[in-house]
Amino acid sequence: MATAQRIIKNLYRDSVSLMQFSEKVRELDGIRQASAVMATENNISLLVEAGLLLQSVPASPNDLMIVVDGKDGASVDAALEQAEAMLKAKPTNMGDSGVQNMPPRSIEMGLETMPAANFVLISTPGEYAAAEARKALHLGLHVMMFSDNVSIEEEISLKQYAKNNNLLVMGPDCGTAIINGVPLGFANVVRRGDIGVIAASGTGLQQVTCLIDRLGGGITQAIGTGGHDLKSEVGGITMLQGIEALAADPKTKVILLVSKPPSPDVMKKVLEKAEESGKPVVAIFIGAEPANVTQANIIGVKTLEDAAVAAMNLSQGKQVGVFSNALPAEYASLVEPSTKKLIQTQKYVRALFSGGTFCYENLLLMSELLACVYSNIPLKKEYKLKDVWKSTEHTAIDLGDDLFTQGRPHPMIDFRLRNDRIIQEAKDPSTAVILLDVVLGHGSNMNPAGELIPAILQAQKIAAEANRQIIFVGFVCGTSTDPQNLTRQEELLRDAGVILTKSNAQAARLAAAIVSGR
Amino acid sequence: MVNKLFEQDLQVINIGLTSFADAIDQTGGKSLQLDWRPPAMGDKFAGTQLAKLVNQPEVEAANRVAFERFLSAQPVLTGVGKAKDAIPNFGSRTILHSGPPIEWTRMCGPMQGAVIGAIIFEGWATDQESARKLASSGEIAYSPCHHYGAVGPMSGVISPSMPVWIVKNLDRGNMAFSNLNEGLGKVLRFGANDPSVLERLKWMAEILGPAMNAAVQQIGGIELRPIIAQALHMGDECHNRNAAASSILFKKLAPALLKTDLTQATITKVLEFIAGNDHFFLNISMACCKSMLDAGHGVERSTLVTAMSRNGVDFGIRMSGTGDDWFTAPAPMVNGLFFPGYTQADAAPDLGDSAITETAGIGGFAMGAAPAIVQFVGGTPQDAIAYTREMLHITLGVHGGFTLPPLNFTGSPAGIDARKVVDTGIAPVINTGIAHKDAGVGQVGAGITRAPLECFTQAINSIAKLF
Repeated sequence: MATAQRIIKNLYRDSVSLMQFSEKVRELDGIRQASAVMATENNISLLVEAGLLLQSVPASPNDLMIVVDGKDGASVDAALEQAEAMLKAKPTNMGDSGVQNMPPRSIEMGLETMPAANFVLISTPGEYAAAEARKALHLGLHVMMFSDNVSIEEEISLKQYAKNNNLLVMGPDCGTAIINGVPLGFANVVRRGDIGVIAASGTGLQQVTCLIDRLGGGITQAIGTGGHDLKSEVGGITMLQGIEALAADPKTKVILLVSKPPSPDVMKKVLEKAEESGKPVVAIFIGAEPANVTQANIIGVKTLEDAAVAAMNLSQGKQVGVFSNALPAEYASLVEPSTKKLIQTQKYVRALFSGGTFCYENLLLMSELLACVYSNIPLKKEYKLKDVWKSTEHTAIDLGDDLFTQGRPHPMIDFRLRNDRIIQEAKDPSTAVILLDVVLGHGSNMNPAGELIPAILQAQKIAAEANRQIIFVGFVCGTSTDPQNLTRQEELLRDAGVILTKSNAQAARLAAAIVSGR
Repeated sequence: MVNKLFEQDLQVINIGLTSFADAIDQTGGKSLQLDWRPPAMGDKFAGTQLAKLVNQPEVEAANRVAFERFLSAQPVLTGVGKAKDAIPNFGSRTILHSGPPIEWTRMCGPMQGAVIGAIIFEGWATDQESARKLASSGEIAYSPCHHYGAVGPMSGVISPSMPVWIVKNLDRGNMAFSNLNEGLGKVLRFGANDPSVLERLKWMAEILGPAMNAAVQQIGGIELRPIIAQALHMGDECHNRNAAASSILFKKLAPALLKTDLTQATITKVLEFIAGNDHFFLNISMACCKSMLDAGHGVERSTLVTAMSRNGVDFGIRMSGTGDDWFTAPAPMVNGLFFPGYTQADAAPDLGDSAITETAGIGGFAMGAAPAIVQFVGGTPQDAIAYTREMLHITLGVHGGFTLPPLNFTGSPAGIDARKVVDTGIAPVINTGIAHKDAGVGQVGAGITRAPLECFTQAINSIAKLF
C-alpha cells in the first residue's frame, strides 16, 4: 500500500469536473482510491479525514491537488504522472456541440484524424510536391509521389533522407504501385501472390502485374521507383531499397525488376543487390541484351511478357522457360487472313499508345521486323517524326508525351486525342494496321472500349468508302477484378473487329508480321 | 528496413486527386483525403522552408521548452506604480504605443491623438498645436509597449507618469505591465485628448493608481490565472468580454480597499469607477497573458508565437526563437457590428496590443466559452465553438488551467505554432473592438478578424535559415 500526492500550481477546475476526473484516476492500474481537488483548507481537511492525506499541508486554494492510494510506490507514481498528463492533454472528446470537425488541411492535421497513417500519396502540382513529401518523411511516413516536375536535387535529397530513416519514396513521377494489395495511383487490382515487383516504369509495372494475374499468379508488392530513380545522379536509391525489402520479405519468392536499361554504374549496383538477395530475380531492362543481364540468380529477359512468364514459372518451381521471338501459333494463323484484306496502297503500321513504355517496347520489337519505324520517342534520331501530328511510314506514337498532354488529361482518361488520330490514320490510304493499347485499372477511364469503338467503326466506314479495310490490333492491360473488367472490355473490342493479343509484345509482332514484306 | 510497412494495414493520407483516395477505400485500404491548398499561400520558397521545420527534432525540443515555460507561468498582480518607476529603463521623454514599431508620421489617427494627449498630460506641451509639433520634432522616443514588457489596448499609449499594473510571473520572475482601463466613450486609447480625458487620466494617476496599489498590497498580490479560469466559466473570453472577470476582481478589491487608510469618499469613487466599467479587467488580462508569453519567449529555434499586435497600420508578430524581430503585414480591417450611426467606412484597421490574449489562448481562441461574443458577427454559439476548435489545429496544445465548459471542459487552445499556421493556412482568430479612424471619436464597433498569414510566413522563413 502506498499513497502519494501532487500539487499542480495555479490550475483551476470546477468541483464537478474534478470529481469526474478523480473517477478516471481511480481506474488507472493499481490504484485503489484517488481524489483531485482544489487545495482549499476545507478540501485538505476532508482528505486527511478520509485517510488519503497522511498529514495536513498548507492550503493553496489556486492549486490543484491530486492524491492517490495504490498497491505500491511505482503504481501511485505512475498514476500521478498519467493524471497530470491527462489534465494537460489535448482533448479527444469535446462534447456533442453539433459542430462539424474541420476537414484536415495538412499532413500533421491528417494524423490527428488518422493517427495510424503510414503512407502519403501526393498528386499535387509538382512545385509543391517535394515539400509535402519532406513533411511526410519527417513525420515517419512512407511516400508515393505521383507528381512530376520535381527537381533531381530534391529527389535525391528526399530519397537519401528516406533511406537513412528506413522509409520509402516512390517517385516523383511514379504513376502506379501496389502496396499490401492496395492499388495506388493508376493501378490494377491484382491477385496477391509471391512475386515482388519493382519497376521504374508505370505501364511496365501494370503490364507485368496484369500478365501475372492473367497467368493465375499474384504479387506481394509492386514498388514503383519513378522514372528518374535509375539515373546516375539518383543511383537507383529506391530500386536498391526495394530489392532489399523484397529480399527480406518472407512472402516474396521471386523478385521481378522492370526498367529501361539504367546507366552502367547503376546497372552494376542493381545487379549486385539483386544477386545478394539470394532469391530468383527476373530482370527486364527493356532494350538491353538479356544475355548481358543474366548472371547467378538473375535471369535477363527481352519483353515484359517474357518477364511475367519467367517470374510465374520460377514462383511455381518450374524452369524459367525458353523464350522465342516467333509469333505463337494462335497469332501466326491470323497473319495471312489479315494480309488478304489489305489493298496495294496499305503498307504501314500506325501504333497509337497511351502508355509510354508500351510505345518503347513496341518500337524495339517492330524494328526487328520492319526497316524503319518513326516516332515522337524514336530509337534512333533519324526516325524522329518531323511533325508529331502526322504519321510517316511505320509510326508508333506515345500520346502520353508532354507534347500531347499540355492542358489535357492523360490519354488513358481522355480518349478524344487518340480517337481523332484513329480517324486521321483511317483517311490515309497507306495505313494498313492501327495498333492500340487499352489500359484498365483505377485512375483510368471507366469504359475505354466504349470510348474507342465509335472511332473504330467510323474509321472502318471511312476506309470502306475508299474500298479499304483497316486491320485493328490491340491488347488490354488489365485484370478481371479491375473496375472496368478485363473480360468485358475484351469482348466489346473483339465485337468491334479488333484482333486482341494478350500482351504488348505479341501485338507488336503480329502487327509487324501483317505488313512485313509489303 | 521498410518491410514493417508490409505487415501493417495500409493507411494513406491522400493529397491531390480524390479519385486515388476512392480507389484505396474500394480495395481494402484506408484513406484520408486532405482539404489541401498550397501552404504559405502558394509561396513555393516558404513552403519548402516550412517543410524543413515540420517535426524537426530541434524545433520540437525548443517548442517543448518554450511551451512548458508558458504553461508554468504563475502571473501575480503585485501592485500599481508610475510607468517611469515601475518599468525598467523607461526613458524620460519616451512614449510607448501598441503594435510593432512605427514612426510618428505613419501612425494612425487614434494613435496620434493619444500621443498628443499624453504629451499634454505629461506637461511637455500646453496645447494641441505645440503638442503636435513636439510629437513630430524627433524629441520624443516612440517605442512599442512590447519592447518594455508592457501591453496596452488600442493605441496602447503609456507615458512616464501614467499608472501601470505590475504583474510578476512567480515561476520565472519576469515582469509585465499594462496601463489602467479608462472605460468607454471619449478615452485616450481611442485617440481622444480633450480636457475631460486629461482630467480623468490625472485622477487615475493620482487617486485610482495609488488606491489600487494599496488594495493589492493589502491582499498581498492577486493570482491572475484563477480569475481568468473562473471568468471563462462565466461567459467571458477575457478580451472583448470581461464582465465576469471584472466582477471577480471587484469582489477582491472592495474589502481590501475598505481595510486601507483611504477616505470613504475616495473608496466610493474608486469602486464606482470600477463597477462602471465591464472592461476594467481587460488590461490586467493582457498583462497576465504578456507575462505568460514572455516566459516562453527567447528559446532558440522555437516557433511558438509570443506576441500578436497591431498599431493600426501594421500587424506584427514575434516568435520565441527569433528574439526581438517583428514580422509584419498591413493591419487588416475588422469584420464586425457597428454602433448606431457608424459603418465600416468609419473604422480604423485593426489596432492594439490586446491580441496578446489570443496569443495566450483566450480571447478569440476561447470564444466557445463566450457565445455572447460571436453575436458581433451575427454568428451562433456553434460558430463560437467552431472557432475554438479550429484554433486547436494551430496550437502546440491546450492550457489546462483555462477550461471551456461548452467544449466538455477542454483546455483552451494555447501556444500558437507558426509552422502550423503556415502549413494549414488557418489564421489565428481575434476578437476585438473597432476604433474610429479619426482621433478621439472612440470605439465604433466590435468584431472578429484574423491575423495576416504573411507575418507567419516571414517568421518561418527567418527561423528556417538556421537549418
